[in-house]
Amino acid sequence: MDFIPIDYETLRLIWWALLGVLLIGFAIMGGMDLGIGALLPAVARTDEERRVLLNLSGPTWEGNQVWLILGGGAIFAAFPPLYAVSFSGFYLAMIVILLALILRPVGFKFRGKIADPRWRNTWDWGLVVGGFVPALIFGVAVGNALLGAPFNLDDTLRPFYYGNFFQLLMPFALLCGLVSLSMLLVMGAVIIAKRTEGVIAERASLYGQWAALAAIVLFALGGVWIAFGIDGYVITSAVVTDAPSNPLTKTVVRQTGGWLSNYSAHPWMIVAPLLGFAGMAGAWLGLRLKRNITAVVAAGAGVAGIVATAGLSMFPFFLPSSYNLTASLTVWDASSSHLTLFIMLIATLIFMPIILLYTTWVFKVISGPVSTKSLGRNPNAY
Amino acid sequence: MIDQTVVDLSRLQFAATAMYHFLFVPLTLGLSFMMAIMESVYVMTGREIWRKMTLFWGTLFGINFAMGVATGIVMEFQFGMNWSYYSHYVGDVFGAPLAIEGLMAFFLEATFIGLFFFGWDKLSKVGHLVVTWLVALGANLSALWILVANGWMQFPVGSTFNPDTMRMEVTNFMEVIFNPVAQAKFVHTVSAGYVTGAVFVLGISAIFLLQKKHRDLAIRSMVVASSFGLAAALSVVVLGDESGYVATEHQKMKIAALEAMYHTEEAPAGLSIVAFPRADGTVWELKVPWVLGLITTRSFDTQLPGIDDLVVHAEQRIRDGLVAYEAVEVLKTDRQNEEARAAIAETWPDLGYALLLKQYRTDIENATDAEIAQAALDTVPDVWPLFWTFRLMVAIGFFYIAFFALAFWKASRGTIEKHKWFLYAAVVTLPLPWLAAEAGWLIAEYGRQPWAIEGVLPTFYAASGLTVLDLVLSITFYVAIYTTLLVIMVILMVKAIKAGPKDYLAILNGEAEPEEVEPKAMPKPSAAPAE
Repeated sequence: MDFIPIDYETLRLIWWALLGVLLIGFAIMGGMDLGIGALLPAVARTDEERRVLLNLSGPTWEGNQVWLILGGGAIFAAFPPLYAVSFSGFYLAMIVILLALILRPVGFKFRGKIADPRWRNTWDWGLVVGGFVPALIFGVAVGNALLGAPFNLDDTLRPFYYGNFFQLLMPFALLCGLVSLSMLLVMGAVIIAKRTEGVIAERASLYGQWAALAAIVLFALGGVWIAFGIDGYVITSAVVTDAPSNPLTKTVVRQTGGWLSNYSAHPWMIVAPLLGFAGMAGAWLGLRLKRNITAVVAAGAGVAGIVATAGLSMFPFFLPSSYNLTASLTVWDASSSHLTLFIMLIATLIFMPIILLYTTWVFKVISGPVSTKSLGRNPNAY
Repeated sequence: MIDQTVVDLSRLQFAATAMYHFLFVPLTLGLSFMMAIMESVYVMTGREIWRKMTLFWGTLFGINFAMGVATGIVMEFQFGMNWSYYSHYVGDVFGAPLAIEGLMAFFLEATFIGLFFFGWDKLSKVGHLVVTWLVALGANLSALWILVANGWMQFPVGSTFNPDTMRMEVTNFMEVIFNPVAQAKFVHTVSAGYVTGAVFVLGISAIFLLQKKHRDLAIRSMVVASSFGLAAALSVVVLGDESGYVATEHQKMKIAALEAMYHTEEAPAGLSIVAFPRADGTVWELKVPWVLGLITTRSFDTQLPGIDDLVVHAEQRIRDGLVAYEAVEVLKTDRQNEEARAAIAETWPDLGYALLLKQYRTDIENATDAEIAQAALDTVPDVWPLFWTFRLMVAIGFFYIAFFALAFWKASRGTIEKHKWFLYAAVVTLPLPWLAAEAGWLIAEYGRQPWAIEGVLPTFYAASGLTVLDLVLSITFYVAIYTTLLVIMVILMVKAIKAGPKDYLAILNGEAEPEEVEPKAMPKPSAAPAE
């Protein structure tokens, strides 16, 4: 592939980083809506209050969710073995996430169509599940990636999985799920606090502060656990960064504290967990002092820091195998071909700036406070 | 060995979820364009009725769109969940169009759909019109990339097998994008979506006229729907014919099966109108001479191969494929073997045929002649369901050309409301486009069997190693939730149609209150936040 101006190693690194950007994009943008959904019954008690929250998410939640869709598409296109192994291995967990996500578009759209309290309460609970469950399980999935998953690849690279759904619910993985849930609750709370008024904003601020403190404590606990409690994975064979994608050519060992080795090799990486703590602390302080814009920015930074911490700790691993260490998937042996990575990079460089441009414009158009008064005017309001 | 029950259940689940999803997609494709046309008329003429129309059809569009999103999210993850070897084997090629669909199309559509509903009082007239057009553009671009991906499954161009990574990899992405099968499928599929949108608008407008309600809206909607629908109906059939032509080049077995053509005929072959299998293994049929040959080959002397000849051909490809397979096996232990590499470079296009044998034994290099003959027979899809489904689809296609020609003639002369029988017909035939669309997918995908990727990867070989329990659980969940939601959607659609268009201008200007926004009995607002 002489005509590709970027070498294979660099392209793999770029796509590893881009995948991180997409997942952070979803955690921040989609996280706002998931958080709002999960907070719905706590923050909004009456139908009118709930309608304020739904119409706060309403105009933008669909676009926000595309970060997830695009993240899935990017894994498929850039790291097909990861897509194949993780989604089939975590099958029932994925089914639970999908069922929860299915409830959201219909929940938003159908809820307001019939003015019956039972009807609306039912959809409200659908939206709560649709926010709460994915927020929790995405974190559990990351926890399982850190622990390693019991899968193997045969000599045709066909994946086989040897675990079951309940084995995903290990204490450490559940802790990761709670980190994810609490940080997305913060994300939802800061947006509610910024864009609504009165009791709704006050309640959201209160719950947001508790969630931020929980996120800090749980994230710290996760760090301690990773240092002393669970094994990380380390490649022991010579690392070839531009070989054809075939995971079975390397050797790997497990060692306690292995997930911290990147931080001693590259001390700058410590920025990510620090950003996680600082961001969540900033969100807490911002909400407490009613500096709501500060809280939004800080919460976004905190979420980015926490997601980046998981990615940097595991680099170059995506999904280690606890069943056959050699089968572990890394950025160097689970990618698409050199040409596909390059084509996808060109497509991303063309379209991502356009996406950011129009998303910003749409957010600008719909900005401004949402209140019970502003709902009556639009016949399309949820 | 691969568990056949798991494969069958995986296929059933994929077919069910895809067909549910495609209940909502065609209407999105067609209705979004018609709303954009209506709103354009509003912006150009400034007449409020056209905005009222846009908003009314937009309400129905929104209910349908929510279901499209709810069922669509499953589709993207299902490849990895249920077809993990497929995802590994062709992800390098197939993943790219899916990801570009997200980047270029779905982001656009999903971002602007919110503004379409919430931007009426926040944007200028032209600003909102642009948003509506962008939603329509996003929906249609989305179909383009999905069909580029699907077209590659039918005709896998621009790629080669790499024995080091044990998968197909892209060699020429332009060939993947400009795949003739993909292009033909795209125009055929979106036109079918436009017909669906037009039939929907026409049918509901007919209900209004029969009930003598909302005449202003119904008459104008019918003018838009009948002209849009006529153009679309013509292009569905013409472009469907184009699909037939390209399929002949690349999927000879599918064409032979659609025609139940077991024996190769002298060119040009005749087109069967109806056919029935007889007990002695032959077929009774009513044929129009020459027509099939002319449609599919566009010549008088190109011969169309029959199923029996294609099976013989497949058997040879299986034997050739075994050469490639054995070379791949050699390379697994001896990475430097240049002889094996050279053999693979030459024979890999038949490797998929050898993999058909994996259904019968793991060590396929030792396959018996009987097994090879059986695997060759496996390349024949089920003929009769395809034969009849195809005729159903084509009949509906031709029906709509006549239907819209009549509608266009009457609507443009302003006499459509006088023809009650036509209005009734428009209502009664409302479900037909959905039937034709589902039939079309059945032909495309069931007709591709036994292949997941035509000639490259057999379907049974592509499935994930899940358990039967996994699949029973997921199918039960999907069917239960989709069916419940489908029923609710139909109820809400009927309710919205009964309610009819509202006086949106008055509502937006604050001169009228939107009905039924406040529930009758809900808990009183709480005074203070609970501490």
